[in-house]
Amino acid sequence: MAEPQLLEIRGLEKSFPGVRALQGVDFTVRRGEVHALMGENGAGKSTLIKALTGVYDRDGGDSRLDGQSIRPGSPREAEALGISTVYQEVNLIPHLSVAENICLGRQPSAFGFLKWGAIHRRAERALARLDLTLDVSRQLSSFSIAIQQMVALARALDVDAKLLILDEPTSSLDENEVAELFKVMRKLRTEGLGIVFVTHFLDQVYSVTDRITVLRNGKHVGEYATTELPRLELVARMIGKDVSEVEKMNHPPADAAAPPAAAAPFLEVANFGRKGSIYPLDLSVKPGEVVGLAGLLGSGRTEIARLIFGVDRADSGVLKIDGQTVTINNPRDALKQRIAFTAEDRKVDGIIPNLSIRENIVLALQASRGPWARIGRAEQNALADRFIKALGVKTPGPEQLIKNLSGGNQQKVLLGRWLATEPKLFILDEPTRGIDVGAKAEIEKLIASLRKQGLAILFISSELEEVVRDSQRVIILRDRRKVGELAAEQISEQAIMQMIAAPTGESQAVLHPSS
Amino acid sequence: MNVLSDLLFWAVFAGGLFALRQQRIFWPLLALALLLLFNNLFTPYFFNLEIRNGYLYGSRIDILNQGAKVMLVSLGMTLVIATGGVDLSVGAVMALAGAVAARLMVVDGHGFTTAFFGAIFVALLCGAWNGALVAYLGIQPIIATLILMVAGRGIAQLVSDGQIINFADPTMVFLGNGHLLGLPFTLTIVLALLAATWMLTRRTALGLFIEAVGDNPTASRYSGVNARLVTFLAYLFTGLCSGLAGLVAASNIKSADANHAGLYLELDAILAVVVGGTALTGGRFYLVGSLVGALLIQTLTTTMYARNVSADIAPMPKALVIIAVCLLQSEKARRYLSRFTRRPATPPALPSPAVAPSVIASPAQP
Amino acid sequence: MKKIDPKYIPLLATAVVMVALYAGGCLAYPNFGSLRVLVNLLGDNAFIGIAAVGATFVIISGGIDLSVGSVIAFTGILIAQMVGHGWPPMLALSASLFIGLIFGAIQGALIHGFALPPFLVTLGGMFFLRGLSFVVNPESLAIKHPFYLTTVRALAIPLTQRPIVTFPLTAQCFIVVVIAATALAIYTRFGRNVYAIGSSEPSAVLMGLPVATTKIGIYALAGFFSALGGCVATFYMQSGNPASFVGLELDAIASVAIGGTLLTGGVGFIPGTMMGVLILGLIQTLITFQGNLNTWWTRIAVGVLLLLFIALQKAVGARRR
Repeated sequence: MAEPQLLEIRGLEKSFPGVRALQGVDFTVRRGEVHALMGENGAGKSTLIKALTGVYDRDGGDSRLDGQSIRPGSPREAEALGISTVYQEVNLIPHLSVAENICLGRQPSAFGFLKWGAIHRRAERALARLDLTLDVSRQLSSFSIAIQQMVALARALDVDAKLLILDEPTSSLDENEVAELFKVMRKLRTEGLGIVFVTHFLDQVYSVTDRITVLRNGKHVGEYATTELPRLELVARMIGKDVSEVEKMNHPPADAAAPPAAAAPFLEVANFGRKGSIYPLDLSVKPGEVVGLAGLLGSGRTEIARLIFGVDRADSGVLKIDGQTVTINNPRDALKQRIAFTAEDRKVDGIIPNLSIRENIVLALQASRGPWARIGRAEQNALADRFIKALGVKTPGPEQLIKNLSGGNQQKVLLGRWLATEPKLFILDEPTRGIDVGAKAEIEKLIASLRKQGLAILFISSELEEVVRDSQRVIILRDRRKVGELAAEQISEQAIMQMIAAPTGESQAVLHPSS
Repeated sequence: MNVLSDLLFWAVFAGGLFALRQQRIFWPLLALALLLLFNNLFTPYFFNLEIRNGYLYGSRIDILNQGAKVMLVSLGMTLVIATGGVDLSVGAVMALAGAVAARLMVVDGHGFTTAFFGAIFVALLCGAWNGALVAYLGIQPIIATLILMVAGRGIAQLVSDGQIINFADPTMVFLGNGHLLGLPFTLTIVLALLAATWMLTRRTALGLFIEAVGDNPTASRYSGVNARLVTFLAYLFTGLCSGLAGLVAASNIKSADANHAGLYLELDAILAVVVGGTALTGGRFYLVGSLVGALLIQTLTTTMYARNVSADIAPMPKALVIIAVCLLQSEKARRYLSRFTRRPATPPALPSPAVAPSVIASPAQP
Repeated sequence: MKKIDPKYIPLLATAVVMVALYAGGCLAYPNFGSLRVLVNLLGDNAFIGIAAVGATFVIISGGIDLSVGSVIAFTGILIAQMVGHGWPPMLALSASLFIGLIFGAIQGALIHGFALPPFLVTLGGMFFLRGLSFVVNPESLAIKHPFYLTTVRALAIPLTQRPIVTFPLTAQCFIVVVIAATALAIYTRFGRNVYAIGSSEPSAVLMGLPVATTKIGIYALAGFFSALGGCVATFYMQSGNPASFVGLELDAIASVAIGGTLLTGGVGFIPGTMMGVLILGLIQTLITFQGNLNTWWTRIAVGVLLLLFIALQKAVGARRR
């Protein structure tokens, strides 16, 4: 204990109204290491990072940098302390030059006048540290995302950073770009920097990090040396299981044993993909069948749903409905094909917050009928009452604004919105996320009963046990690729986890550390 | 006689206020009531009401008559603002519609019907232009409608050859000066357009779509709503409203004045909509609220006339009303205010709702 | 050859339009190319040009300022009134500049502090100052002071003797303002922060830039430049009039847009705005030379140009994506 660690966080607490986002989290980063911060949605990763970079103030606990207690009040103060951050979305100024983006706010100047020559030289020096030579006078937005990410990194390092936080910097990079980034990370590590690395790609964790801290539901699960933590165990820790427990649970789920009712698929896609979002894949869903999509966050689960529903356009492959090739360019086309979709982010893509439950329920049905054939008020009331009752929405009445409902009840209203259109295929993206246990069970029950009524269902969830419990077939995704498919009695949490955790041969070849 | 009619007026007004105490419209109505009460007590002759040739005359009737233009425009503006946009070109479109009608009648010798429909057609064209720029080309509303705001008056002057065209067509003159059942005919036009707007938005699903698109455009698109078409129609309809208002404005002064017709009216209309309870960020809209807002603004103007305040100074109090109303609607201002009135009882806004709620649901599965 | 950065395409188009208009005028009318026309072009449009420079900063930052015309009119009548009451002109000018600055700062504080839409706040500002102008003096007021009657004229720089052509004080102010503002935009942190905020305000916050002070500063600066435009207008008009310059804000915004400044913020050029103002002036001059064309053609031409430049910005922006 002669020398304090670079960063030591003890018992960090942070609450938001109604939520304990961080519950006594410990986190230690040493000099000269790359430290992976892992966890699924809601684990508390981003809250921890924001508390570290001064976006949030902590409620309790202590953080020390080089043994000194710190409490940054803004990103600027954190930067002054030596904590720099590169975010997933490039947080730079697209219209300004590379040089300016690196130096903005701390440009060399004399008598209040900027010294452009010095600015350019400083930017070039900062990039040279990353082994990068660019025309720094060019506008940032004229470069690729990968280069922009590097510029962000150069900016972060330009302030004598001691601790560098990389918050999912690789999510929009291709393999070669990731390899470049890793080269730089390894170089910085040898310079003695502490690097916190957040990613969803397991291959990347194993190729570049030294230690791993896992968080789950705002709690510290554990800290491990990367070489001592097998992949399967990491996945198990992230989703809150013991490996031994998982192995014991290796029995086929009861409901899944029932074979699908129909033979011909309702939806069939072949070689279906979109550049930069999901590699081409095949997939089909039959009526009376629940197909689960399993994979970690960022594995391409949501991207498939968006492609099928026409939110994004596929740039390869064909999509067939009932054996007929169709083109779906937007959600309206999907609605015409009787496809329904509840998006992962309820607040942004789902609810119309200031409209009533009734209006939220009739919206999609009304949209499918067009603006002129208005659904009469009596029919609207009947629809609202029907779905409030059928789905057990807890509300004083249908005229309540949807924004006043709890998450679970909002989700039920959104399910009602789509069930009102009598869909043949229902795509459910994380329908149980962020809602209480009771509502979760109800929604799972609903999925089962819809399947029995003959709906085709594509079910996305990061809760493996839900996927296992509710699906007849499971498609496993890793790093934006389909890596496997399990059916009926093959389906088990362990089998899925093994497929998720398996290393990708080619990427390992490219990315394996040379040490 | 006058005392009796005043009492009756206040009884009806107070009854209305009480009945609407739970509604959004209560606040603008209350403001209107206070302003009228002030006039009743302190402005001589303001509440005089007399019958000449079977028509009613008085300041309150003036307000209804003079406020008609803003009321007409504010109906369309309500829909545009509900989609989350704004239309700055309404004043210019009014000038253009008046010029087209006057030209068709006086220069080209057509009858009223041709002039009327010609003007409305041109106004719809303007609305379609704005709508296309905003909805289909994706230009921000302020900028897109600025183009017509700048060029529209020029085109109007081109149409009227730079002259103020006087006309005497009795039907055209009747639009802005006639009476029906003792009340100004403009009031009939306003009520007719209100009814039409209401039918168009509340008897079809357009109203629902407009509110959905204005409140959450992404979620509306995901639900299959044709957001572009809805936005386009809102601007198209505003073109129609501006056209009607332009005809009334021209009729009021029996001439088309391309320079001054509808000048600054876009500002009054926006103000009326905001005062009426429709938020500038879009979403829920209140047609009758906008009309009350328009009346409030007109009452303010008429009050100042009646109190011999120069018409030129009138914009000042209007400006203060704009800022005050905006501050009342502003989330931040409310937060500051509640910090002063209450102790920190109100929790700070949830900084990251996207992350936080998922933690509540931590499933400790048995 | 180095490829042209797409953000300079609108600016290049502006330069081409300006040169084409000037060349066209010279070819069509014998006197158009004279030095006097050129000097008048600068002098007559100086006040709007100065105000447009202020508006450029606002638009680069992603905002909009509709109070320009009212500030100019208010400044004019205020100076006329103060000088009429015996204030020394220099004191009256400084006082009005200070008032413009404070007025702009208040608008900026409302916009940033309460997250109000800029167009509404400055709309209120426009109404307020227009009304206040009439409170100061309801009628047009001539300024009869030796400074105005002789000094302003004496400060003009003689260019040629026969015919006598001088470079007026108004045009001098315009040139100085353009140079100073260009320097401010390119060579100061404040200037660069304006661009950063207009391009991406959330990023600017995360990068630790002083967003609040910059935003208030931008509107204060715009108020100052509008007031300066008002001062210059009094040199030119030798009077103040509370009813003048109605709708001038639109000309200012149009000049800025035609000058290659992105109306969505983040990209803009002060010299471009100067060219935009000159293009508007050239159109007016051309129509005056034509004689039988009416002035409303100016509005239509401005509208068409505005449309073309917005379309150009949209096209360039779409291609970049």
